[in-house]
Amino acid sequence: MNSRYMFSLVAVIVLFLIAWAGTAIGLQVVFGIIIPYIAIILFIAGFAYRVMNWSQSAVPFRIPTTGGQHKSLPWFEHAKFDSPVTRWQVVVRMALEILTFRSLFRNTRMRLKEGSKISFQLEIFLWVGALAFHYAFLTVLIRHLRFFLEPVPFLVQLIENVDSFFRIEILYPFIQFGLPGVFLSGLVLLIAVTYLFARRLFIPQVRYISLASDYFPLFLIFGIAFTGIYMRYIAKIDVAAAKELTMGLVTFRPAIPEGVGAVFYIHLFFVSILLAYFPFSKLMHLGGIFLSPTRNLTTDTRARRHINPWNYPVPVHTYEEYEDEFRGKMIEAGLPVDKMPAEKPAEEEPPAEESKPVEEEKKE
Amino acid sequence: MAEEFPKPEELIQIEHRPPKTDWMETPINIRKGMYCYASNPKSVEYVGLPNARPWNPLEDDWHLPENWQQIIHEGFKERLERFRSFKIFMDICVRCGACADKCHYFIGTGDPKNMPVLRAELLRSVYRNDFTRAGKILGKINGARPMSLDVLKEWWYYLFQCSECRRCSVFCPYGIDTAEITIMGRELLNLIGLNIDWIATPVANCYRTGNHLGIQPHAFKDMLDFFVDDIEEITGVRVEPQFNKKGADILFITPSGDVFADPGTYTAMGYMMLFHFLQEKYGFDITWSTYASEGGNFGFFTSHETMKRLNSKMYAEAKRLGVKWILGGECGHMWRVINQYMDTMNGPTDFLEEPVSPITGTKFENAKSTKMVHITEFTADLIKHGKLDLDPSRNDHLKVTYHDSCNPSRGMGLFDEPRYVIQNVCNHFYEMPANTIRENTFCCGSGTGLNAGQNMELRLTGGLPRANAVKYVHEKYGVNMLSCVCAIDRAALPALMEYWVPEVDVTGVHELVANALNLEGQNDRPTDLRGEDLPGREVDSEEETDE
Repeated sequence: MNSRYMFSLVAVIVLFLIAWAGTAIGLQVVFGIIIPYIAIILFIAGFAYRVMNWSQSAVPFRIPTTGGQHKSLPWFEHAKFDSPVTRWQVVVRMALEILTFRSLFRNTRMRLKEGSKISFQLEIFLWVGALAFHYAFLTVLIRHLRFFLEPVPFLVQLIENVDSFFRIEILYPFIQFGLPGVFLSGLVLLIAVTYLFARRLFIPQVRYISLASDYFPLFLIFGIAFTGIYMRYIAKIDVAAAKELTMGLVTFRPAIPEGVGAVFYIHLFFVSILLAYFPFSKLMHLGGIFLSPTRNLTTDTRARRHINPWNYPVPVHTYEEYEDEFRGKMIEAGLPVDKMPAEKPAEEEPPAEESKPVEEEKKE
Repeated sequence: MAEEFPKPEELIQIEHRPPKTDWMETPINIRKGMYCYASNPKSVEYVGLPNARPWNPLEDDWHLPENWQQIIHEGFKERLERFRSFKIFMDICVRCGACADKCHYFIGTGDPKNMPVLRAELLRSVYRNDFTRAGKILGKINGARPMSLDVLKEWWYYLFQCSECRRCSVFCPYGIDTAEITIMGRELLNLIGLNIDWIATPVANCYRTGNHLGIQPHAFKDMLDFFVDDIEEITGVRVEPQFNKKGADILFITPSGDVFADPGTYTAMGYMMLFHFLQEKYGFDITWSTYASEGGNFGFFTSHETMKRLNSKMYAEAKRLGVKWILGGECGHMWRVINQYMDTMNGPTDFLEEPVSPITGTKFENAKSTKMVHITEFTADLIKHGKLDLDPSRNDHLKVTYHDSCNPSRGMGLFDEPRYVIQNVCNHFYEMPANTIRENTFCCGSGTGLNAGQNMELRLTGGLPRANAVKYVHEKYGVNMLSCVCAIDRAALPALMEYWVPEVDVTGVHELVANALNLEGQNDRPTDLRGEDLPGREVDSEEETDE
């Protein structure tokens, strides 16, 4: 119904078909080696470029949003992490923002009740959904280090164990070595992505503002999570072969092993697309949040002067010009003046009566 | 207010569901009551801003310069380089929608383009088209569109429906500040002469006469002299304000709105009484200036450069008069400018001293570089040290609540000082609900130069969330006085209250201070500063409530 979301859905389906068809006609080298390399290069170079590009723009003013009592007189309790004045306080503010999505936690929902009362209720779902999504993604990412490191680091194993503590006791007849742990992160990721998509679809205001570029990564990540889960629990692909391929990539001895099915290449292709797309999209909020001037600056703006690198002199209306225009009236009113008129009052001032701006009645 | 204006019960029927048509397809409808008149070319010309000409928002032809698209494009590019904030905010929004119902204009109007995210998208759409490859290739599907006359009109209409209150920036997970985007957008519009007159003319006035209202020096003194008479009538004490005094200890700067119109005038009288008290008792030496007679800065709503030009008078006058530091009155955006811009723009201030209260000896460490102290910081310190002789019962007829003004809240962090002062001068103080105060405070609906008469519908709808919270404490606690530390609030809130909560009046904090302040040699003080009888203190011997 919505061309923007359809566009993205079709795009992801097309990507799926490309990868599927590609492996079918034997382009494993392209999808298993060439595209992943290109993607990772684009990701690293693109990410670095974007961050450097942002850094090149000046920060002329210190404009943090003060979210709490500033540091002033000693008996007022300073909100250290909402109006930080030291570097460390800023670090804590940023950490809370980046690790716990603190601003999003404040989210409220406005309601118009009984036609005349406006109420604001805590709206926690977006925060929960966003947190679940990002942490699930992070866990999945760390888990996947298993495919790129040999031996598998203890930390990765630990996270795997924690992640898979939840074991579903379904006994397949053909299971050889006990039950594979169900990785919660994968399921949570899938559910969270679905939620984030659903709110774009069903909350009218969010649907109204959503662009194709908002749906596309959701579909893509859904595709990634789905193919991953499919491989692990349903297709049960040859993990050793998959690792052979990924290890080949990181050790720069790429090779295409036998026995890796099309789903794997689709999964890898989706990931490659995500990586390549990342730096050129809104996904760069990952890097941008660190540079956000309303969050990463100290609020002691009156105590420490901030330098504007491009500050330039501007024309001003000096006191002398002012007094020259109003000297007569000032003297008459008994106001002190710097220069007593010697012979004639200054007449050559341009702002004579005609060019004088129209006076307004009531204004602050 | 116009006669045909809808009643509150009607105006509050707000439809928050967006229309069927896509926002890029929904044509702009510049509606009466929602916009301010175009800038007067004389005012634009006076301060030397480009493309001054008469134009009318309702007409098709805005008489734009021929190369206006190029001007906007180049201006956009320049600002992306100069302001990291602008560039980042153009790039990283994920359109999560958390900001949508945080904007008072969206809550009050239901117009989807008043959702902060969509207001920013108005600019972002052009940004994507002009400055990103993906936008160029994918076009509309990716939210990109070329600049056109319709887009420009949309910019103008909606950028002057944002009061740069920064409430959305509190809730944005990336701290995206729509104020910043509006500031840039308005700068761009000003490059092609598209300001509103309610901003352009005060700017020109301020440049010439030192204040937005165009009050000339002799008239400024006259107005304060008039307050001197009023104060004498009410308290029996004659205060003596000092003007342009060289060698005074402190320079006082406050918005001219408080010199000009009720109820701000009572706050101005409050300052004068406080200064008089301190002068008599402690030899306090403070001067007003007719040259730097404006605390506010409508240049801030025009461009960074204009802001700097107008702001320069504060330090220039402090230097000329040879004062030690500057005390600033109650004002909203004035304090954002002082707190976050002034020192950077017009400093450093080696000619001033680090501010120390001459009465308590308190060092205002937090203002040691900018050297400008907020009057509620100053007064709170006086109260803390027991330096004021206060009789809070003279405010007993008032049940007071406090409106945090946007800029001192989210651009400074001034929350506890005014509350401390109020609670020491009033016995009845009630907070509005937590989601509507402090960093969550709602705008009066009239900030950033939108406090005109022409856009009354915008002001009343935008002020609705604030008014609704006032109504809540009015009904619950009988609150009858809304206090604030902002001159635009004092100019704008009375109309808002009159419409939504007519039983509530508006006051500045220092009016409350002055009501409570005992002056040496005062009379029985049977009335408050407004000349209204204080219950229980009515006329013992004399009847003098004439205005």
